[in-house]
Amino acid sequence: MLSKISSRSLQYVFAYLFVLVSLYPIVLMVSSSLKTNAEIFTNPLSLPGSFHFDTYRKLWEAVPFADFLINSAVVSVTSVVLIAVSSSMAAFYLARFSYRWTGWLYFFFVMGLMIPVKLGIVPLFLLMKKLGLLNSLWSLILIYTASGIPISVFILTGFFRTLPVELEEAARIDGCNHFQVFWKVLLPLIRPALGTVVIINFIHAWNDFFFPLIFIQKDTLKTIPVGMMVLFGEYETDWSLLFAGLTLSALPMIVVFLLASRQFMEGLTAGAVK
Amino acid sequence: MDVSAPERQQGKSRGKAKARWLLHLFPLPALIIYALFVVYPIISAFTYSMYEWNGIARGAFVGIKNFLTLFQVEPFNKMFWNAFGHNVIYFVVEMVVQNGIAFALAYVIYRKIRGAGFLKIAYFMPRLLSVIIVGFLWKLILNPNYGALNTFLGKLGLEEWAKPWLGEPDTALLAIILVNCWFGIGFAVLIFLAGLQSIPEELIEAARLDGASGVTLLVKIILPLVMPSITIMTVFTFIQAFEAFELIYAMQGSMGEPFYSTDTLAVYFYRLAFSSSGGAGDVSIGLGSALAVVLFVIVASVSAVSLRLMRKREVQH
Repeated sequence: MLSKISSRSLQYVFAYLFVLVSLYPIVLMVSSSLKTNAEIFTNPLSLPGSFHFDTYRKLWEAVPFADFLINSAVVSVTSVVLIAVSSSMAAFYLARFSYRWTGWLYFFFVMGLMIPVKLGIVPLFLLMKKLGLLNSLWSLILIYTASGIPISVFILTGFFRTLPVELEEAARIDGCNHFQVFWKVLLPLIRPALGTVVIINFIHAWNDFFFPLIFIQKDTLKTIPVGMMVLFGEYETDWSLLFAGLTLSALPMIVVFLLASRQFMEGLTAGAVK
Repeated sequence: MDVSAPERQQGKSRGKAKARWLLHLFPLPALIIYALFVVYPIISAFTYSMYEWNGIARGAFVGIKNFLTLFQVEPFNKMFWNAFGHNVIYFVVEMVVQNGIAFALAYVIYRKIRGAGFLKIAYFMPRLLSVIIVGFLWKLILNPNYGALNTFLGKLGLEEWAKPWLGEPDTALLAIILVNCWFGIGFAVLIFLAGLQSIPEELIEAARLDGASGVTLLVKIILPLVMPSITIMTVFTFIQAFEAFELIYAMQGSMGEPFYSTDTLAVYFYRLAFSSSGGAGDVSIGLGSALAVVLFVIVASVSAVSLRLMRKREVQH
């Protein structure tokens, strides 16, 4: 009995100590952004003595953060919408009709789960150059859409298969064509799976910096992660500014997460375990 | 699940032959975008690897020459094996540290703990940051002069442990991998937890009634049943380890500093394909593409094989 209790409390200690490991660096990032440089250097671990929001004003002048934010939002939202529309249409076709080629087509899409798109970067670069899309947000939107399609088709096809066919048949008898069945009957039903698809792809598009690093040179077209790299080249000694930059870049995602954390975490694992 | 459904549907729609061709338009948008921006570039990388490249213009067909250069000519072969070794270390440390701790945390949550919802959110927080933010943040924390880690060690009276973590070849790679573990643990916890929670309650009860408890229960009953999520996580970790680029680029640049001690195949690939410091004297699209092909074959074959093995094991259950 005694050993049972102590092993239980050990579990609590372990689980809650690890909260410190996970959160402390993030707390440090936020609190350092409110300190002066002198305070960071003499007392890096403590909470700020007084709050210095000046740094944020300075940051706003140093980098076009509003531009970065808009670019990130445009790229992420557009890719996610394109993924949701195109993948759900494909998944509907793959789950509901069987022709000779549907099996192959499904395999062709799902194969993409194992393709590291990064490795095609050289041909992609030349392709984008040919299409005139270097230094255009469209290069990012198209790549995030394309690379998000395999996992999305995979999740949505699986989900479509679990829906009863009777609903569609009833709609067809009422005179709906394929498009109307898809749009009016099925899309509302697959909302939970669409939520998962939206979340997975949104995190990816919002946080990625590999593709913008290579495709976007113009400052005003940079997304947040790449835009913030500028700070680290130019303000190496101004630590409070660096921490403010990091905090500001992390903030939008953290806010979105805290608003929808449940959906977020369920969504993330839904595809992996089923 | 309903096998007869598609046929029934086709029968129904036969009457409306006019609208039927429209049906085949449904998969087209996804197919076109995916084929153009994922499949085509990867296939092109295969062909590019067999040509000589002068700067950014394609030269003559050279067959497997680029591959031979990669594996037989100095400094390319040394760079390759050095980076490959780091990828292997990356994978092993992630498996042990990240997935080991994550499984323990998931198990504690699974065995009922107060504040489980909060714990999951807290562990997951780092995963929300862009890898580049994670890299820069930890670069500041690990800074030898003003960084929080060395100060912290000083406060504990462990000054002699303080080090320029990212500046010494012995510690730099490990430091980066541990940062990656910090970043990835929350996601691994969720995957393991989802696996644990999918175990039927009755099985555990039955085992308990038979007298199994603690370690026996974990090793004999639970571990075999969560094998699918362990396999998934292993494949994820493998792919991630062999594609490791962003974090290293953020913390140590494209040369894998110090002295290539943090170089990985993807960093080396970036150097060959996009900067003139790859050892070829110039951007080398041929060699870069050859390396991409090798990396692709490693990642795709290992993940295909392990997913296949997993499916087989599932059938045996």
